[in-house]
Amino acid sequence: MVEQPFPSTNKVPLTLPSRTIRLWRERIIATVLFLAAISSVITTLVIVYILFAETMIFFEKVMEEHQESLLAALVEFFTGTEWSPLIQPISIGILPLLSGTFTTCVVGSCVAIPFGTIAAIYLSEFAPAKVREFLKPVLEILAGVPTVVYGYFALLFVTPVLQKIILGVQQFFAPGKESWEYFELPGFNMLGAGIVVGLMIVPYITSLAEDALRAVPVHLREGSYAMGATRLQTAIKVLMPAATSGIVAAYILALSRAVGETMIVAIAAGLQPKLTFNPLEGAATTTAYIVSVSLGDLPHGSLEYQSIFAAGIMLFVATLILNVAGYFISRRYREVY
Amino acid sequence: MPNHFSHPAAILRSIQVRKRWEKVFIVVGVFSLFIALATLVLLVSDLLIRGWPMLNWRFFTSPPSSDPEEAGILIAWVGSLLVIFVTALVAVPLGIAAGIYLEEYAPKNWLLDFIEINITNLAGVPSIIYGLLALGFFVYILNWGESILTAGFTLALLILPIVIVTTRESLRAIPQGIREAAYAVGASRWQVIADHVLPYSMGGILTGIIVGISRAIGETAPLITIGALTFITFLPDSPLTTQFPYISFNWVWAPFTVLPIQMFNWVSRPQDAFQINAAAAGIVLLVLTLGVNALAIYLRYRFRKSIKW
Repeated sequence: MVEQPFPSTNKVPLTLPSRTIRLWRERIIATVLFLAAISSVITTLVIVYILFAETMIFFEKVMEEHQESLLAALVEFFTGTEWSPLIQPISIGILPLLSGTFTTCVVGSCVAIPFGTIAAIYLSEFAPAKVREFLKPVLEILAGVPTVVYGYFALLFVTPVLQKIILGVQQFFAPGKESWEYFELPGFNMLGAGIVVGLMIVPYITSLAEDALRAVPVHLREGSYAMGATRLQTAIKVLMPAATSGIVAAYILALSRAVGETMIVAIAAGLQPKLTFNPLEGAATTTAYIVSVSLGDLPHGSLEYQSIFAAGIMLFVATLILNVAGYFISRRYREVY
Repeated sequence: MPNHFSHPAAILRSIQVRKRWEKVFIVVGVFSLFIALATLVLLVSDLLIRGWPMLNWRFFTSPPSSDPEEAGILIAWVGSLLVIFVTALVAVPLGIAAGIYLEEYAPKNWLLDFIEINITNLAGVPSIIYGLLALGFFVYILNWGESILTAGFTLALLILPIVIVTTRESLRAIPQGIREAAYAVGASRWQVIADHVLPYSMGGILTGIIVGISRAIGETAPLITIGALTFITFLPDSPLTTQFPYISFNWVWAPFTVLPIQMFNWVSRPQDAFQINAAAAGIVLLVLTLGVNALAIYLRYRFRKSIKW
C-alpha cells in the first residue's frame, strides 16, 4: 500500500515556539558556562584587590606610627634588615623574610635540580618501558604527599640525621674536643627544611623535564645515533640543548613551588625572622611568617592582620613573575617543533 | 688527512670510553630515582614505626585532649569530611562548566588567551595566598566567619584550576567526528555536549576531580590562615535532624579543624608524646591522600586502555 511520502496533513516538527525555546535555552547555558569560565579571572582580581587594599592600610598605619612619608615607609620596607611588626617599636624591613625564602629555595634547588634532571634524562632515554610505567606513578604519588607530612619528616627525621652527620664530620676533622665545643645544628634550621623542599619538588622537575625531552623529535635522536653518538652523548649534546626552554621552564615552575611552600618551612625552618643566608641557622620565610601570625587569634584590623597581607603581596609578586616566565618559556619550546 | 681517530684501536678505545660513561650515567640515573623512592619509603616507615601503636579505635573516636594518651582525631576527620564535601560541591560543577566553555564554546581570541594564562597562573599561586584571599574576602567582606563554608570555598578555588585543566584535556580527547555526527542529526550544541561529549570524557574528568580532592584533603596553610581552630573539642551540628525537614545546614557555619591542622598542631608541640600522635595522624592523612591519588592513577590507566575510537 503506497501512500504519499509526505502527507500534507503532517506539521513541520520544528514549530516556531519550540525553536525559540531551544535557542533561548542554548543562550542561557552558554552564559552560565561563560560565567563559570570567568570565575577564574574574578578570583585573580579579588586576590589582587585584597592584597593591595590591605597592604595600603598596612603602609598607612606604619606612616602614622613612624610619622613619615609613604616613600620613607617603602624604603624601610624594602631595605630594612629587621622584621618585627608585632613588637613596639615596630620595624618593617622585609629582607629577613626574603633571605629565609631565598636560602631554603637555594638549598631546595641544589637538591632538586641535579636529581630531577638526571632522573628525567634516565627516564626518557634509558629506562626500559616497564621501569618507566612503574616509576611515573610512584613519582606522582610522591607529589601527592601532603606538605604537613613532609614538614613532620623534615623536623623529626631529616634534621636529627643531619645533626648526627654534622657532628660526625666535625669529630672526624677535629677529634678530641668536648662535645659542647662542636657546632650543633639547631633543631629548627633551613638546611633540613630546604632539603625536604627539594625532595618535594623533584617529581615536578622530573615529570616536566621528561615531557620536554620526549617532545624533541625522533629524527634528531636518529641523526645523532647515525653519527655514532651514544645515548648519553645524544642526551647531553643534542636533546638537552633542543629541550632547553622546556627544561628551564620546569626549573622555574618548580622554583615557584619552592618559594610558595609553606608547611615544611613553617614546621622545620623556625619562625624567627632573621637576616641570614646561612642554611645551618633557623629563620622564617615569608610563608612561615604568615602561618605563625595566623595561628594566634588574629584581630581584624590590627597591624599584624595587615602585615600578613604585606608579606603575602611579596610572595604573590615573586611567584607571579616566576609563573609567567615559566609559561612563556614553555610556550616557546612547544612552538619550535 | 689522517688524525688519531683513523686508527682502529683508537676508535675502539673511544667507543669503550663512551660506553663506560654511559654505564656510569645509568648508575647515577638509577640512584637519582632511588633517592625519590627512598624518600617515600623512609617517610612511610618512619611514620609507621612511631605512629602504629596509636592507631586504634579510640584514636578515631576521641576529641583532642591535653593528654596525648587520650587525644584523638574525631573532630579532625569529621571536619575534613565536611570541608571536602563543600569543596567538591563548589569545585566540581564550576570547574566542569568552565572547562566546557573554554573547550567547546569559547571563540579563539584574546579573551580566551587571557583566561588561559590566568588559569595557568592561578594553578601556580601558592596555597597560602588563597588563604589570604579567603581571610580578606570570605571571612571579613562576605562575613562568613571562620566556618566550614569559608574553608570549603577556599579549597574549591584552590583546586579549580586542576579540575578545569583536566576537564579540557579530556574533552579535547574526544574525536571531532562524534560531535559532527550529533550535529548532523540536528542536535543543538548543548545536546551534543550533554548527550555525547561529556559522557565519553567522564573518565578523564573524574580523574581530575579525584586528584583535586586529594590535594584539598592534604592542604593545611590556607585553612590556618582563615583562622581554623587548632584545638576544638566539639563536633559541628549534625546534618541530619530528628525534626522536619530532617536536613539542617547549621554545620556550614560551624568552626572546625581538619586532619592536617590537627597534625600540624601536634608536630609543633615540644612533648615527644604528641609527636607520636602526629605520626599516627600522618598515617591516616597519607592513607587518605595517597589512596585517593592511587585511585585516580588507576582510573586514568583503565580509561586510557578502554578507549577505542
